[in-house]
Amino acid sequence: MKKVYLDNASTTPLLPEVREAMLPFLGEDFGNPSCLHDWGDTAREAMENARTEVAQLIGADAEEIIFTASGTESNNFAVKGLALAQQNEGKHVVVSAIEHFSVLHSAKTLEKWGFELSLVPVDRYGVIDPEDVRRSIRKDTVLVSIMHANNEVGTIEPIKEIAKVAKERGVVFHTDAVATAGTIPVDVRELGIDALSLAGNQFYGPKGVGALWVRKGVRILPFLDGGVQEGGRRAGTENIPAIVGLGKAAELARMHMKTRIEHLSRLRNRLLTELPNKIDHVVVTGHPQNRLPGHASFCVEFIEGEAMLMLLNSQGVAVTSGSACTSRALKASHVLIAMGLPHALAQGSLLFSFGLDNTSEDIDYVLEVLPPIVDRLRQMSPLYAKFTKTSKGGQ
Amino acid sequence: MPDVPSQYSEKVMEHFKNPRNVGEMENPDGVGRVGNPVCGDIMELYIKVKDGIIVDAKFKTFGCGAAIATSSMVTEMVKGKTIEEALKISNKAVAEALDGLPPVKMHCSILAEEALKSAIEDYLDNSKKRGRAAKR
Ligand code: FES
Repeated sequence: MKKVYLDNASTTPLLPEVREAMLPFLGEDFGNPSCLHDWGDTAREAMENARTEVAQLIGADAEEIIFTASGTESNNFAVKGLALAQQNEGKHVVVSAIEHFSVLHSAKTLEKWGFELSLVPVDRYGVIDPEDVRRSIRKDTVLVSIMHANNEVGTIEPIKEIAKVAKERGVVFHTDAVATAGTIPVDVRELGIDALSLAGNQFYGPKGVGALWVRKGVRILPFLDGGVQEGGRRAGTENIPAIVGLGKAAELARMHMKTRIEHLSRLRNRLLTELPNKIDHVVVTGHPQNRLPGHASFCVEFIEGEAMLMLLNSQGVAVTSGSACTSRALKASHVLIAMGLPHALAQGSLLFSFGLDNTSEDIDYVLEVLPPIVDRLRQMSPLYAKFTKTSKGGQ
Repeated sequence: MPDVPSQYSEKVMEHFKNPRNVGEMENPDGVGRVGNPVCGDIMELYIKVKDGIIVDAKFKTFGCGAAIATSSMVTEMVKGKTIEEALKISNKAVAEALDGLPPVKMHCSILAEEALKSAIEDYLDNSKKRGRAAKR
């Protein structure tokens, strides 16, 4: 059976060059970078090379990069660490309603610790208005954290403008760039931000590694106490193979970004235009233009996402859905709800995320197998029956 | 993203992929319509009753794989049962007939049980009304 992986937003595969770069550090080069002998030197040198690569990817200085174990850790570290370091100045933080749970739940934890939290709304495309951020900032606001692009609907936020608002009010600004760093150009100085999270498995690096960039001079509470690794802010022996992989992935991303974006955008644009032509009552979610290059998300009316996902899977196609039924909490996607989508429509959410290996034939295949799946589920759907009856009755 | 599909038993997958008794029924004797308070999904169940025995059942469901599979299974289970027997079909029995459901999906089988109960109530209501109409 044909196998088509269209879930690169969940994780990208590891590039062979990245794996090659990692292998020595799973073998003979096993040293601990904190040690003052040859083994330690080899590991330290590799780690510092990786740090430089990651820094270059985002236009930062190497010593501002802290390696972490994931994008989630970077976000926890940033939101809690930046807020706690300034709690004497104020106890109010601002995040958007569509943040990844690693930001949203970190902010909720701060709430339990006595902070106050403001959620900035989004419009129906998932776009955050910098003026809404301005309105949310108070005298005692110590942190604004807004994602660079949303992982569920692909919308890219006006981060430069939002960061400007935060800066005018003298508030530290963090962005979760897990969906963008390594995928589209990100330059921390140009964006005018103070902290940024990224993750390796979003751009063909390994899982279990991420990074947090914190601008020199910005205070942050250490995330893990212990030794002096990562400038004493994140103790623990570093995961050298993964860090080396992240560095290699960053280097490749920087070198090939333009061609990757062209390739992904071509596939995305094709699916965004052709799927709604092939299937009635399908809406594109997220911003029509300002969206991640490989990201095509939809809501299919009258049917539920998990059922579609499973039937697609049985045809060899891997996608995800923001349907309540696919989430362990059985709650509809907070992103789609914040965008004002009705609950029933949000249930039909389907996300296709392209990667380097995908081809136009993959889209042909999706366009061939999805319509009969949708038909079949609609034949079972009481909502569809109701719709066809009332629309006929109305004619 | 959680990999829900792999948690389903083969039987659930089989009923999900080839659901029995899908569709609406012409002139049903009882109709049950219920919504799932947990995730917001909807199930409709139709029954045909002859001499106190459910002779046919059909369903329409807007929901996940487990919701579709339990709908399919419950319509299979009720056929040939008396009203009293059908009322005793619990969500657990439906889940067991499908070789179990993941814990997070048990609430979908409750939807199936409630749809059945509601269809039977509707049938009993209808027959009471008919009885009264006949006496007049
Ligand atoms: S119907 Fe929503 S989880 Fe089963």
